[in-house]
Amino acid sequence: MGSLTTWQRALLALLGAGAFAATTPVFAQANDQFIPVLVYRTGAYAPNGAPWANGFVDYLNLVNERDKGINGVKIAYEECETGYATDRGVECYERLKGKGPTGAAAFNPLSTGITFALTEKAPVDKIPVITMGYGRSESADGSVFTWNFPLLGTYWTAADVIMHQIANKLGGYEKLKGKKVTLVYHDSPYGKEPIPLLTELAKRHGFDFKSLPVTAPGVEQKATWLQIRQDRPDYVLLWGWGVMNSTAIKEAVAVNYPRDQMYGVWWSGAEPDVLPADAGAIGYNAAALQHSSGQTSVHADIIKNVYDRTKGSGKKEEIGSVLYNRGMINAMVTVEAIRTAQAKYGKKPLTGEQVRWGIENLNLDQARLRQLGFGGLMQPLKLSCSDHEGARMARIHQWDGAKWVYVSDWIEGNNKLLRPMVEEAAKKYAKDKNLTPRDCAKVT
Amino acid sequence: MFYREVGEFKSSYAADQVVFPIRQDRYFVWTFVLFAFIGVPLFANAYWLSGILIPFLILSLAALGLNLLVGYCGQISLGTGGFMAVGAYAAYNLAVRIPGLNPLVAFLLAGGITTVVGIVFGIPSLRIKGFYLAVATLAAQFFLDWIFSRVAWFTNYTPSGSLNAPPVTLFDFTFDTPVRKYLLCLTFAVAFAVLARNLVRGRTGRAWMAIRDMDVAAEIIGIRPLYAKLSAFAVSSFFIGVAGSLWAFVHLGSWEPLAFDVNRSFSLLFMVIIGGLGSIFGSFIGAAFITLLPLFLNQFPAWLGLHWSTALIAHLESMIFGALIVFFLIVEPLGLARLWSIAKEKLRLWPFPH
Repeated sequence: MGSLTTWQRALLALLGAGAFAATTPVFAQANDQFIPVLVYRTGAYAPNGAPWANGFVDYLNLVNERDKGINGVKIAYEECETGYATDRGVECYERLKGKGPTGAAAFNPLSTGITFALTEKAPVDKIPVITMGYGRSESADGSVFTWNFPLLGTYWTAADVIMHQIANKLGGYEKLKGKKVTLVYHDSPYGKEPIPLLTELAKRHGFDFKSLPVTAPGVEQKATWLQIRQDRPDYVLLWGWGVMNSTAIKEAVAVNYPRDQMYGVWWSGAEPDVLPADAGAIGYNAAALQHSSGQTSVHADIIKNVYDRTKGSGKKEEIGSVLYNRGMINAMVTVEAIRTAQAKYGKKPLTGEQVRWGIENLNLDQARLRQLGFGGLMQPLKLSCSDHEGARMARIHQWDGAKWVYVSDWIEGNNKLLRPMVEEAAKKYAKDKNLTPRDCAKVT
Repeated sequence: MFYREVGEFKSSYAADQVVFPIRQDRYFVWTFVLFAFIGVPLFANAYWLSGILIPFLILSLAALGLNLLVGYCGQISLGTGGFMAVGAYAAYNLAVRIPGLNPLVAFLLAGGITTVVGIVFGIPSLRIKGFYLAVATLAAQFFLDWIFSRVAWFTNYTPSGSLNAPPVTLFDFTFDTPVRKYLLCLTFAVAFAVLARNLVRGRTGRAWMAIRDMDVAAEIIGIRPLYAKLSAFAVSSFFIGVAGSLWAFVHLGSWEPLAFDVNRSFSLLFMVIIGGLGSIFGSFIGAAFITLLPLFLNQFPAWLGLHWSTALIAHLESMIFGALIVFFLIVEPLGLARLWSIAKEKLRLWPFPH
């Protein structure tokens, strides 16, 4: 063998890197349940997309390795890179929806933009769309949005929980009067979602609400924070994603805005958001979607069954980070929904329509969660035909420079306020689309 | 041997002026179009139709519109994404605000509205050229982006700024399945390609090309730059507006201003440059290159049975894609359409090249 040219060596190195970085997707066999995995491991949102994807895939691998599948039905999955772009997301959806013997079980798009597009496509293909902690807020109304499941909390719930915490700290909602609250948001449907709810709250409690958009991906925020320096709002709410979050915290440091008066949504409250700002992020608050960072017995199972068998998709040190946990919970909810549906339709690969029934009838109580190893990570979750959100509980956690610490108790979103708004928005959607809402009293 | 005009005698002016003067070309195009209309719906699966062919056809239509402006009239535009957005939002507002208006009619009316907007933003082209015009049209892109995400009226006061397209129907027929959507897009693409082909062969197209090649000389021989440049902006915007409304209504179904951001403008300009400036066919292969190649590169490792990580494949996709763009621009700066016409010229002489 002669000496290799530089090019040949580079190519070999590349192939070698490929072989080692491989997270072998399980390809569909005749008796497998297919779960599509829409991810973004590259681009401006990769720091946040990758840990979520690792958590999701690791849990699926855990179910295959430890339990030999869901009641013996092995999970086949395939990743598709969306780059957080809607058109690539739609292409991924079309690519994966028909795979496996029964088609895709459910889609978890991890992007509000892609969720909006899939909301139009999923009912036609009869595949449920699970949007855990994101998506359309009004899709919590299951009578209109039959195929959407914004589990564990919508953006409206998040905004309500955050405002509740602020009011608590002040000593009551009446103290909010005259305060200035500014929302710094990702200029996309994701960032705009909380605006109607915050406007409504501002009207009710007499605080001054203002919103400042940040152009995606959010690396340029100088003008926004200059305005904050001029206005000196009492509180800043942050609705960012990916690189926008850490940039916002760094800009807050630059204009000397107190970090402990900043509250991020649960998509602005993970390690990749605060670590780049170093000590500047100390004191920054964010909502936690049920869970924060940390490990429980399920993590030990993942290390034992997945990572020790070299099937892990990320680094061992990153297990238990906020977004890793979120991806893992997301996968667990999907798997448990399939298990619920299997009780009705039999232990075989199920169609999207059957899985949809499983999600709607999902009931994860405390005992079951503990059995699954998720005790302490999340609160019970129970869905119904009309309530596709299932739970509205969240806590606020704060970055202390090394880890997230809870600074509040469980706060429940005020359903008396949220539900009428959800129903009204859902009704408008139904009217625009000429849909007849299901009568939930008759659904069994 | 098989492909040459020898022996084809034209006995009338009409026969001499047909779109494809060589018989073999005509046969080829007809077979191709028939295959696209009949064969593809029979054989292609849902993924091929909705994931690949529909976006390809719509973007081809937009690239075709841009090619009329950039390739034929020589006016560089970076506002294509913005003009597509005008088409999409105009079609939405027409369909929502005028009860009973057929969305297909709304598409054409939206094209009309885009025409007006295009003419307005084309006015600077009368005074500025080249890179400066590119910057001026870039301003159009940012302005239109801004207006659709800030002025709530355009989005019918939707809280999140994301719109849902009403269903596309014709009498009692709904374009809901992938095959129907594909045929709708194909019809639009073919009809507009024929229209464009005839426009550029005629007086208007010749005026555009004269302006492109040397505007002072064109003015001296009696071509009015005002009329030629603005008509190029008008026709181009019409095509792009219709493409934008199709992209929103038929492909995405739900969209936000981000779907028509500046990246869309750039990718359409790349399609035109790589496909071939001043070539109808080039618009189509340019669109194919830019939209299909990344998808191919993304799925190719899996076809080979290589189970690489998603991130690695995504990085490789960008790297190879970028390298291929550079490669084709070096090998054939006039675009892929030029390669095609070289092949045809060689075929004419075959098997006796001199």
